[in-house]
Amino acid sequence: MTAIPLPQASPAPHKVVTQESPWARWILILLALSFLSLFLLLPLVAVFFEALRKGWEVYLAAITEPDALAAIRLTLIAAAIAVPLNLIFGIAAAWAIAKFEFRGKSILTSLIDLPFSVSPVVAGLIYVLIFGLQSWIGPWLREHDLSIIFAVPGIVLATIFVTVPFIARELIPLMQAQGSEEEEAAIILGANGWQTLWYITLPNIKWGLLYGTILCNARAMGEFGAVSVVSGHIRGLTNTLSLHVEILYNEYNFVAAFAVASLLALLALITLVLKTLVEARVAQQTSRGNHP
Amino acid sequence: MTIEIHDLSKQFGSFTALNDINLKVNPGELLALLGPSGSGKTTLLRVIAGLETADSGQVLFNQEDSTDKHIRDRHVGFVFQHYALFRNMTIFENVAFGLRVRPRKQRPSAREINRRVTELLQLVQLDWLADRYPHQLSGGQRQRIALARALAVEPSVLLLDEPFGALDAKVRKELRAWLRKLHDDMHITSVFVTHDQEETLEVADRIVVMNRGRIEQIGTPDEVYEKPANPFVYEFLGHVNLFHGRVHQGHAWIGDLEVDAPEYSEAEDLNAIAYVRPHDLEVDRTLNGEPALAAHIVHILAIGPVVRLELAGKDNQSANSIYAEISKERFRELQLARGDQVFIKPRKLDLFPNHTQNGSIH
Repeated sequence: MTAIPLPQASPAPHKVVTQESPWARWILILLALSFLSLFLLLPLVAVFFEALRKGWEVYLAAITEPDALAAIRLTLIAAAIAVPLNLIFGIAAAWAIAKFEFRGKSILTSLIDLPFSVSPVVAGLIYVLIFGLQSWIGPWLREHDLSIIFAVPGIVLATIFVTVPFIARELIPLMQAQGSEEEEAAIILGANGWQTLWYITLPNIKWGLLYGTILCNARAMGEFGAVSVVSGHIRGLTNTLSLHVEILYNEYNFVAAFAVASLLALLALITLVLKTLVEARVAQQTSRGNHP
Repeated sequence: MTIEIHDLSKQFGSFTALNDINLKVNPGELLALLGPSGSGKTTLLRVIAGLETADSGQVLFNQEDSTDKHIRDRHVGFVFQHYALFRNMTIFENVAFGLRVRPRKQRPSAREINRRVTELLQLVQLDWLADRYPHQLSGGQRQRIALARALAVEPSVLLLDEPFGALDAKVRKELRAWLRKLHDDMHITSVFVTHDQEETLEVADRIVVMNRGRIEQIGTPDEVYEKPANPFVYEFLGHVNLFHGRVHQGHAWIGDLEVDAPEYSEAEDLNAIAYVRPHDLEVDRTLNGEPALAAHIVHILAIGPVVRLELAGKDNQSANSIYAEISKERFRELQLARGDQVFIKPRKLDLFPNHTQNGSIH
């Protein structure tokens, strides 16, 4: 049997018209890489370099002193409240938007995006205006000995506000692509609402949900602007990690500032790795079952 | 299970999906809802299932009003066009789902569920796929699993929404015959939606032809094909030739051709449309002394036992090409070739004078 030579197997150096010349390609890659190193990689390395400049002992001392631990605790508390709440709200909002037709649907969709478009500082100020002492609700709060602004509840509120879009935004397109036929099939087969949610909807969106949660968590722990306005910067009480970094830096305590910052940088790196791992599964889940 | 539908109407904004539908589905029959897209057939099916609510009217299951009954309590099986299998579950789990979600008291034991699911998978001849996931199956296999899943809860009505619409022609044909056989064995009251007239004529016991949210005709495949109620049904079911002519006092003229039309003895010089099925056209080389229409052959398709001729009329009685079907023997006898002049004469035609035309087509 004689082999028929395939056209692409021929060694003739003919030009591929859809590709740039090697020169152009190399220049573009080099440009992108040097930009990334200069603006992303270098600062990241600098954070760890500065943090460890005076050795491990100083580093450990900086992140284990009481104020730093209080800041870590507060950051974790804020995230632990904001992320689950946004999880529930995100699923509910995405479910409503993707699977039902109702009046004001487009308004709800834009409202979810509001925290993306509003400056976090403005968001913080809004809460000060609503719950601060000068507000109409302020006297009532003081009477009942409740403090929201310059206290933990304010920080949690501000964190929730800035992280609202992450999960809903991730789920809406996923749920829209999947449609509602599977849910309809489940209900016709006799499943009730909870069974449909638990056995059909949630498994179908689990990777998208995890992806959104990772991003939401990263933002919740790293938020600065909105939290800064409502916090009052009381050391050991209302300081989150990012606020603590600022305070230390303003006191020229660079090693401690960078040590605490390195925790946030580490969080970012972990988020990045998780995000990359989950991303592939999200793509798989979107495409699966959509094509016959 | 008898399904009765009374005065059902449904609007989507300004679009009328269903317009005063009245219909009765007899127990054990396989009824087809046939119509072009946008005719309301899928909406009607979804209203029967309870997936949509009608603006007005009633759906009765065994004389019992189920308009406000929840989907779960209607005991219907539904097969979706795009299968809607649960992508995160194995084939076995998909079929078992309807049994597993039952309240604890009504739920069969694990062993019983196992037995039932295996039985159903054997029924659809796919028991060897039990551990696979939906995305690993072909379209035809998925649709059979969807059917098994719907049957698992022993529904009293089976509703199928374009069940073969997403499959290729060969698989579609196989599944069609298989569905017919399955229905003959199980005798479950079934309603299926389709826009494929061939599918309907082959599978259904009765056909409901729908157009623009209305029912145009209800009848057996034979009735609907042989005695279409109006021009819409005529054009929608099977190939048909359309001629323009006139009706006057019990006679109709199409060009030189005169036909008796006793049912229109009162008619006074009306425009009319005449429909003739391709196999009802007689083709001859000579006039034989009887009036006929002259035409010449544009194209010949001689595959299989039937020869299909595409003809162009001499006058403008027919705006489009005329199609005639003759047997191979007749074709050999006449020795026809492209460009030849022939005379055609309808053996049977249906006249629709313009004033009685109720479904507009063009």
